[in-house]
Amino acid sequence: MSSPVLWYATRTTGIVALVLLTVTTVLGILTANRVSTRSWPGFAQQELHRRVSMTAMVFLAAHVVTAVMDTFVHIGWAAVVVPFASPYKRFWVAVGAIGLDLLLAVFVTSIVRHRVPARLWRAVHWLAYVSWPVALAHAFGMGTDMGTSWVIYLSVGCIVAVLGAVTWRMALDRSRRQRTLAYPSVRDRPEGIPVKHLSA
Amino acid sequence: MTPSLATRTSDPMTAARAPDRRGAGTMLLGAHRAGYGADLAGHLAYHGQPPLPRAGDAGWPERLAAAVEASGLTGRGGAGFPSSTKLRSVGVAGATLVVNAMEGEPASTKDKALVSCAPHLVLDGAQLTARAMGAARIVVCVADDDHHSARVMSYAMAERSGTGVSPVTTTLARPPAAYVSGEESALVSWLDGGPGVPTFRPVKGMPLSVRRRRALVHNAETLAHVALIARHGPGTFRSTGSPDAPGTTLVTVTGGVARPGVYEIPMGTRLEDVIAPARPTDAVQAVLTGGFGGSWVPAAALGTPYAPRPMAAVGGVVGAGVLVVLPRSACGIRETARVAHYMAGQSAGQCGPCVFGLPALARDLTDLADGTADVTTVRRLHERLTAVSGRGACRHPDGVARMVHSALTVFAGDVTAHVGGAPCAHQARPSMLPPSTAR
Amino acid sequence: MTSITVNPVACAAYGYCAELLPELVTLDEWGYPVVDGAPVPPTLVALARRAARECPRRAFLVDEAPDPTGRGRSRAQAGR
Repeated sequence: MSSPVLWYATRTTGIVALVLLTVTTVLGILTANRVSTRSWPGFAQQELHRRVSMTAMVFLAAHVVTAVMDTFVHIGWAAVVVPFASPYKRFWVAVGAIGLDLLLAVFVTSIVRHRVPARLWRAVHWLAYVSWPVALAHAFGMGTDMGTSWVIYLSVGCIVAVLGAVTWRMALDRSRRQRTLAYPSVRDRPEGIPVKHLSA
Repeated sequence: MTPSLATRTSDPMTAARAPDRRGAGTMLLGAHRAGYGADLAGHLAYHGQPPLPRAGDAGWPERLAAAVEASGLTGRGGAGFPSSTKLRSVGVAGATLVVNAMEGEPASTKDKALVSCAPHLVLDGAQLTARAMGAARIVVCVADDDHHSARVMSYAMAERSGTGVSPVTTTLARPPAAYVSGEESALVSWLDGGPGVPTFRPVKGMPLSVRRRRALVHNAETLAHVALIARHGPGTFRSTGSPDAPGTTLVTVTGGVARPGVYEIPMGTRLEDVIAPARPTDAVQAVLTGGFGGSWVPAAALGTPYAPRPMAAVGGVVGAGVLVVLPRSACGIRETARVAHYMAGQSAGQCGPCVFGLPALARDLTDLADGTADVTTVRRLHERLTAVSGRGACRHPDGVARMVHSALTVFAGDVTAHVGGAPCAHQARPSMLPPSTAR
Repeated sequence: MTSITVNPVACAAYGYCAELLPELVTLDEWGYPVVDGAPVPPTLVALARRAARECPRRAFLVDEAPDPTGRGRSRAQAGR
């Protein structure tokens, strides 16, 4: 079936999903920074990150479903997860499929987090850092709304937010590592070094 | 000395045979002292055949356990657990007996000496214990950097195959040499294909397993004692030592002594008589007992009998039989700082309080030894001692805390002097500790 | 009788347990939890369970052994 409603729905849910994934990524980085305050304790940061990611996945699912259901252009269900299987905009849909595959891996391992080895969960979760630029690239590549100014500002905002969070994370890691490597004979603790709670 | 004892067929659980050589059934190193070879022929000539049970003798395991219980033998690996309890604790067929000859304690060489001088006594004990437990296999664990012991053990095991003295299959394993590798759960975890670090056991004494079969770990020296008890009976074992702490034990005396080495002594010997044969080079200031995770004993307590309870009463520890002698001319604080530094580096790296706490202790102790510490350092030291204890997967940090606490007590005068800003007069002296730890 | 233990090998000092259960869990100077093994008061059992769920390493363990005397409160009463 073909309808402009589906067309708008695909684009809207896509943009919302991208924004939510950006927020998820930023929250994930902030949680991993392990800087907590009285009003934003660590467990709450983790909980928020989880809930936003769930919402993002819901919008992502809606984006995918409306895109395939809309027969105006033919994409096909296979192309959702299999790259280069779409007759329409082959390359950029493939980028989207790759992004979705990565996100699915992150999502599924997180659902069963305590049933898989901790190292596996961590390794797969790092793929989130790959999936986000892939999603962004898919959005730019599909191009439909990328000419609009507010969409451009939104995208730039997302990039700034993620880059800012990553920069803060790297700075924190560096300063913490220096503090604890006073004792080189002891094995490094890869999980991150705890920070005293800031009072707020 | 005639080896007549060796030619008698043995049923050790019946009436005691009077040993016709002094110490024949009482000394682990007896054959070595009497000049017998450490090979199978020498071993059998001196000790006789191991009293393995006849087929179908269902009551034998309990008789052996009863004999070991009557003898009062306790584990010689450091924990001092009654050995008969361990003997009785596994009734599951197919279990694995793990012989712990790892000797992770750097100041200890007794297990190496035992394996060198009497490997067959250890293997006899392993066979007897395995049969009593119902174990299907024996694994002898020797550290991967201890090539001498590995060679001796391999040779001894090869000698025994096919002769009937080794009915239970025995293999040799070479876990990595590290302080914590000899810890029970770490050893079993390595044998099970894991990383060889202690595992979290929420219930104390939770059974260990290798490839889903029960595993029981025994120290090599303990098993050697079992081999003698099985041959000569509990009475002979109890004929040396003291009523509360019977039998002999191997100790490593090192530090400020002219003749460091392994000595076999009856339990209950006065501490000063234990270290005397090693010829301390100077007046003794204190002795580090038990090992690097043990505790310091002041010179005033040198008259104490060397046995678990009397030693504990003066703040000492029998543990793995290590005695590091600190001469008057050395600095107890500096040596303690060095030990703490070494132990911090030996952390398995798994538990926060140990990973962070031990280096903090070592740093504070070093500051104290350097004369740059103040009263807050000492207070913080005491607080951190409780912070690192009882919060890890193994007792490594607990041992360090105990050792440091004893140092702060025994060397209290030095602590005050160092806090007052006086750098140690003995700073430049080389360490009393074994070479691997000296900095 | 409900009690809590921490698996020190799994623990990576996230500190969520201390945030949720400050009455029972304090953090040492390096951020690792200190629990004293005392029984958990019935009013805090639900929070203890939540702390166990939230711990990213599943290092916070709640042991709800059945009360041997049979006179303790039921799970429903404990506020699940």
